Amino acid sequence: MTSGVIRRSFTAAAMLASALFGGAARANPTPYQLNMERGASTWSQVPYHLNNISLGVCVVIGILVFGAMFIAMFRFRKSRGAVAEKWSHNTLLEVIWTTIPVIILVVLAYLATGGLTSWADTTGSQMTVKVTGYQWKWRYDYEEYLGKPISKVGFMSKLDSQSDQTRQLDSGLDPFKVKVGDENTYLLNVDKPLVVPVDTKIRFIITGADVIHSWWVPALGWKLDAIPGIVNAAWTNIQTPGTYRGQCAELCGQDHGFMPIVVVALSKPDFAKWLAEQQAKSAPPPAAPAAAPAAASTAAAPKTAQVSAAPVADAQG
Amino acid sequence: MSHAATHDHHDDHHGAPKNFFQRWCMSTNHKDIGTLYLVFALLMFFIGGSFAMLIRAELFKPGLQLMQPYFFNQLTTMHALVMIFGAIMPAFVGLGNWMIPLMVGAPDMALPRMNNLSFWILPFAFTLLLSTLFSAGGGPAGGWTMYPPLSLQSDSLAYVVFSVHLMGISSIMGAINIIATILNMRAPGMELLKMPVFVWSWLITAFLLIAVMPVLAGAVTMLLTDKYFGTNFFNPGGGGDPVLYQHIFWFFGHPEVYIMILPAFGIISEIIPTFSRKPIFGYKAMVFAIASIAFLSFIVWAHHMFAVGLPLGAEIFFMYATMLIAVPTGVKVFNWVSTMWGGSMTFETPMLFAIAFVILFTIGGFSGLMLALVPADFQYHDTYFVVAHFHYVLVTGALFAIIAATYYWLPKWSGRMYSEFWGKMHFWNSVIWVNVLFFPQHFLGLAGMPRRIPDYNVAFANFNMVSSIGGFLFGASQLIFLGVLVHGVFFSKKKATDRVWEGAKGLEWTVPSPAPFHTFDVPPVIHDDELAHGHVND
Repeated sequence: MTSGVIRRSFTAAAMLASALFGGAARANPTPYQLNMERGASTWSQVPYHLNNISLGVCVVIGILVFGAMFIAMFRFRKSRGAVAEKWSHNTLLEVIWTTIPVIILVVLAYLATGGLTSWADTTGSQMTVKVTGYQWKWRYDYEEYLGKPISKVGFMSKLDSQSDQTRQLDSGLDPFKVKVGDENTYLLNVDKPLVVPVDTKIRFIITGADVIHSWWVPALGWKLDAIPGIVNAAWTNIQTPGTYRGQCAELCGQDHGFMPIVVVALSKPDFAKWLAEQQAKSAPPPAAPAAAPAAASTAAAPKTAQVSAAPVADAQG
Repeated sequence: MSHAATHDHHDDHHGAPKNFFQRWCMSTNHKDIGTLYLVFALLMFFIGGSFAMLIRAELFKPGLQLMQPYFFNQLTTMHALVMIFGAIMPAFVGLGNWMIPLMVGAPDMALPRMNNLSFWILPFAFTLLLSTLFSAGGGPAGGWTMYPPLSLQSDSLAYVVFSVHLMGISSIMGAINIIATILNMRAPGMELLKMPVFVWSWLITAFLLIAVMPVLAGAVTMLLTDKYFGTNFFNPGGGGDPVLYQHIFWFFGHPEVYIMILPAFGIISEIIPTFSRKPIFGYKAMVFAIASIAFLSFIVWAHHMFAVGLPLGAEIFFMYATMLIAVPTGVKVFNWVSTMWGGSMTFETPMLFAIAFVILFTIGGFSGLMLALVPADFQYHDTYFVVAHFHYVLVTGALFAIIAATYYWLPKWSGRMYSEFWGKMHFWNSVIWVNVLFFPQHFLGLAGMPRRIPDYNVAFANFNMVSSIGGFLFGASQLIFLGVLVHGVFFSKKKATDRVWEGAKGLEWTVPSPAPFHTFDVPPVIHDDELAHGHVND
């Protein structure tokens, strides 16, 4: 029994530690997660580090200020016979506590500006994907890869049917049972994920078809609004193959909470194969035999994120 | 109350009218109108709070159990509108109405009839707003920010726009009245730099209100004409721009945030010196900090829009301007702590809420600083981290200050002491459960839970359940508040002294408790020793 308690508390401690310091490997939310994730792209560590640094600064200032308050509350109580002093001014102190925050802010601003400038630079991309927000699904159109334009590779991506059935009011279905492998994917899975290559600077051009949405995959480190009439641009360069999940982040109507985003990052060869299959599928019928090598595996082309998770596992192996 | 003082039948001049309708509906008395505002705010606080309870009930566990998503969106929208425009703002106006004339030695507000009108607009505005919940298409569901094009899909838009117009008219009239009172009605000897910080904070807030409420009215009017009159201000199909709305809205919206916190700063700056029995540290710095925060509030609006794809230069400018606000805000917190240092403190309920304010508002300020950093905001924006942030500044900030002010001045209003035991019960329950409610929301946001969603992945289940439990108990704790208020106004046997608190200074404590229907008919002779800030030379 004792060993059980020890084992349980050890597991709990490990869970807490991984929640606090969970690093590169994990990219999707986990129970009891306490901090932001590091993410999986070259840039996603920028918000992660800024978050940790600014949190650290706030904790230190908080300990000093609240510490001083609690000392004051303990020492200067009337019940302990404290007699009020008369002073209400101290120039030196006031200069100090105006200057020190300014210095801290300058340092934080310097770090943030550097990170922001690198985020804003979408030049030199090797791939372009157009993202369009609809009520309540996403559309992905592959525009260009390695300098070559891609036509007719594009699809809608909406909530997977298992989540969709479970999320209905009084469905009687258990959200905890919506799983892909060991991972619970309730409301975080789609019928057809966005598939991209790793180690490639991908430019996203993002717009909205009806109302404003916001395209957010935490593992990529940013979100950007999808606004009708406006085309926004951002980039990512994913380092690790894997499945990264996100959600719409701008209120867009009744099913705002039910239009997730799934990005599957494949190794470059796997992605080339996937892209060829897609192009073959969308090519006009006479051209189909020409794409013979790809055609064999067309039948296995990912129809759901569930299926497409398989090549990812291969890529990681 | 002061009926006894009535010697003849000219009630309106010597005491309160006995006729209920005349007394409350036709009132021109700043105390009665202040009471009306406060009672209205309390009612709205419970209505808005019941929306919050429903929201937390739906979020108690994953899966939809209670309501359709569209109704959930109506609840989040209405919760915000009711709490902001119905609870927090009217509560501050009520406190200003009651206390500003008493604090500056004025017989009443400068424009008493307009004062009546500015209150009585509000019940109509909120009847209109709340009635949409019972209409066929339902209430507004596009969020309190009413971003187009989404808000244009709502059938209740016209109701909401009209009620926002009414609230704006009410706020502008209230603000004009407060400015006119403070600038023209001060008793001789009540120089500007001897005024209580609360009065200063309201003076500055009133200017903010006059500056930005018309901007909101303009923005929502453009929504109205876009939906019903064929204009295309925000419709890209007609050459308009949805982002334009966000710029206009937040040019109102950010000063609005400070409209809801500056009077709170004023209240805390009155309470902490009283219970520390020591003058406030750096009076002029406190006033100047409020003024600088008010100025900065006009040039930081786009920090609500870092994720809309602003140009790099704009993001950098608004990041720097936002970070600057930390400096005057920090000065205020340091000055409150320094006021306590070397004092002789006691911890009655108003002081407990004031101390909780300083700590918890500062935590909200910390997350505000983190949100100002644009790359980090790309992750935080529109997540529960933001929800946690603004509830720390609005609930444990603005609301705690209003509650502190109520306990602080209630004996002056009613002439009876509230129950200190139940006041402390209210405090400890509130302060514990509000943290159980909102602190885990930081974690949810950092883990990636967006705001304004009725359902979520099971990874977010644990902290949502904790948060909901905190929410229910925080809500229940406010029933204690209601009980303390009813007891303290009508039933308490313990009479309040004129001074009420041992360390209290200022003109409001020189009049009897309860404050007579008319005060300072003859301007008071002011001794600087009597004032909280009478000997300012720093």
